[in-house]
Amino acid sequence: MPDEQAWREIAIGGTEINPGSTERVNTGAWRSEMPIIDFSRCTHCMICWVDCPDACFEISDTRLAGIDLDHCKGCGICAAVCPTHCITMVPESSVPVKSSESGA
Amino acid sequence: MTTKQKASITLPAPLAINGGEAVAYAMRQIDPEVVAAYPITPQTFIIERFSEYVADGLVSTEYINVESEHAALSACVGACAAGGRAQTATSGPGLALMFEIVWVASGMRLPLVMHLCSRALSAPLNILCDHSDAMAMRESSWIMMFGSNPQEAYDQAIVAPTVAEHPDVLLPFANVLDGFTVTHSVERVDVLPDEDAKSFVGEYEPERWALQPGGGATFGGLDANDFYFEHKRQQVEAMDNSLEVVRRQLDKYAELSGRKMSLVEEYLLDDAEVALVVLGSSEGMVRAAIDQARADGIKVGMLRVRLFRPFPVADVRKALSGVAAVGVLDRAIAFGAPANALMQDIVMATRTLPERPLLMDFVYGLGGRNTPKQMFREAIDHVVLAKEQGAEPESPAYLGLR
Amino acid sequence: MTLKLRELTEKTEQFGSGHALCAGCAEPVAVRQVLAALVNPPVVALATGCLEVATTRFPDTTWKVPVIHSAFENAATTISGVEAAYKALVRKGRMEPRPLTFLVFGGDGATYDIGFQWLSGALERGHKFIYVCLNNEGYMNTGIQRSSATLLGAWTTTTPAGDVRPGKLQWHKDMTRIIAAHNIPYVAQAAVHNWKDLMTKVRKAEAADGPAFINVITPCDRGWRFDTDKTMEVSRLMVESGLWPLYEVENGVWRMTGGGQKRRPVIDALKSQKRFSHITTNGDESVVAEIQRRVDAEWESLQQLCEMSARAESES
Repeated sequence: MPDEQAWREIAIGGTEINPGSTERVNTGAWRSEMPIIDFSRCTHCMICWVDCPDACFEISDTRLAGIDLDHCKGCGICAAVCPTHCITMVPESSVPVKSSESGA
Repeated sequence: MTTKQKASITLPAPLAINGGEAVAYAMRQIDPEVVAAYPITPQTFIIERFSEYVADGLVSTEYINVESEHAALSACVGACAAGGRAQTATSGPGLALMFEIVWVASGMRLPLVMHLCSRALSAPLNILCDHSDAMAMRESSWIMMFGSNPQEAYDQAIVAPTVAEHPDVLLPFANVLDGFTVTHSVERVDVLPDEDAKSFVGEYEPERWALQPGGGATFGGLDANDFYFEHKRQQVEAMDNSLEVVRRQLDKYAELSGRKMSLVEEYLLDDAEVALVVLGSSEGMVRAAIDQARADGIKVGMLRVRLFRPFPVADVRKALSGVAAVGVLDRAIAFGAPANALMQDIVMATRTLPERPLLMDFVYGLGGRNTPKQMFREAIDHVVLAKEQGAEPESPAYLGLR
Repeated sequence: MTLKLRELTEKTEQFGSGHALCAGCAEPVAVRQVLAALVNPPVVALATGCLEVATTRFPDTTWKVPVIHSAFENAATTISGVEAAYKALVRKGRMEPRPLTFLVFGGDGATYDIGFQWLSGALERGHKFIYVCLNNEGYMNTGIQRSSATLLGAWTTTTPAGDVRPGKLQWHKDMTRIIAAHNIPYVAQAAVHNWKDLMTKVRKAEAADGPAFINVITPCDRGWRFDTDKTMEVSRLMVESGLWPLYEVENGVWRMTGGGQKRRPVIDALKSQKRFSHITTNGDESVVAEIQRRVDAEWESLQQLCEMSARAESES
């Protein structure tokens, strides 16, 4: 674990040298509700993508492909802003999904 | 509006200039990427003269006329983290306003350079010299070097970036010069030819910098209780490393300039039975007082501490070993402390000497109070008396106090 | 210049995930929108605040672009140093010139209060940079204290609603107009729910010939007391009630941007935020009336500036 490194082993001056490395932090554990996308109604307008605080919407070739549940905190903004109401928030405990899998 | 730079720089070497102008001359030769400063007496000679170099296209520097000293050091932090060499200059209250960023600069390990023209801290408002400002930053992980005259103001300014930027150091550097007595005194100053100075200081080549093409590092982030301690320990190591780097760079500079500078400067200490320890420009009057006392048959010498942080403990011990009684000249008060700042250091440095000298502390020169030869002679007589009585006074003496 | 979301998704994300900002926080949304809108690669300076502490905890960083944090109040000055170093490094021939955008993110505390002098100085000196204020109307990082951006009547932990005081007693500082008085090329107010308006303003700010300032309302669900999924709705209500007008001042020309502004009474926006519950539910109606009166007056003043600009433009 990086937080066990001794003083000689870390970057000086507190400079963080691994861009984007907070991705190793599983903020999905914060979640109490999970977004579920009904792709049959999704128009790939990307409003959910642009309004997500946690950059959780996975895009493939300009189309919505899934949700990064390792980082989704379950705020529900996506469900609130979706013009076609194709995203639903459901209680975390009701969906037995491993966090590394897509929420789709 | 665009500014042009002159193709070649040919300035006649100055003959007689003041300490502020000497610093500005060195800064022109160093040609830092960024200089950011705010006017404050007695620092203004530096920034006025440097502004003329900028106006005449004699430097490539971006000179930022900031709106405060806090901003001056903040701009230097940004410039240095971006990959540029950065310098500022200030005095007393200006340093006090910068104080938050003094610690940021060293904590971020940014090797910027500040020329500190020492001035008393308010209140009461006082624009004249003492070392209250320098003493307030003595634990902030900056390398601090005290010069004693315009020549040293120049010489130390040339050496400063080469110490600060050394890969084993990477700490900011304060070139401490007494306000007025150094900054405003006109003396003969020998300068290096531009090409020699430029070749000595080279360019700042950091390993990581924010403007690095393709770079994506985050500078100055948050440490929780899991890393802050470790980063502070690294600063201890860097401070320790800097001492020998300073020594090497001063020696290297002496080869180029013919002017020998040491971490501590000794005067007639070899056979001395008593001694005075001093920082900065008062050394001239102290030497004069010593000459007078020597003529009266007193075996007295002087130790001037040039490198104040890191404190050159071994050099001080060596210089003071064999001296029976030492008077320490403090130009600032450490209110409520068991001793004033320089005295604290001398006590610690000498405490394990086999025959520790008797020590006594003198406070002098606060707020620009005159520092005549006779005052230091008086101090010598006090030290001689202490030696004869074999007793250390518990409290400091106040020289020149009514 | 049209901004299409699906095209924007093709740009590599420069601000990642795994940061510690609260669920439903508007700040990372605004940051992602700003970064997505930029044409040039940025160098960023951060003020101390939620965004900084939640994205830069050693040894990790959420950022994939260079970022410098120094202190709370001095981010605008930090970026002036970066911009100055860039110019000098290029002038010295030590670095190839390349398109870069110098960018600052600071909260309202860093912008309106503690960093006011530093920002004003940097704007006056004319450094080429964009300052984005992420305005959530309070010191949320330290626990929801009032700032000079906090609305009249709002509950905060330092302006609690008590028996004799109904929350904050003062009207907020109009920072955007204060910045406009610096006569810099581009100044705007934007809101996080209106991505298109915000991103368009970022593009204009980036293209401006000098400093630019964008004040973005970023509602804070913890500090304003609303559910995490209501962030965009609350932002919209702030605009629709006239509490947060969307406009720009481009080279001295004042212009309202986007539609649907000020079509509701302020009470609609206030009711969406429980920080006002003491005045919206059986509370002191005079406070709500005072807010409405001030909003109406400021709106009128803003319209006059826009009309004067329009007249001057048509005459020239």
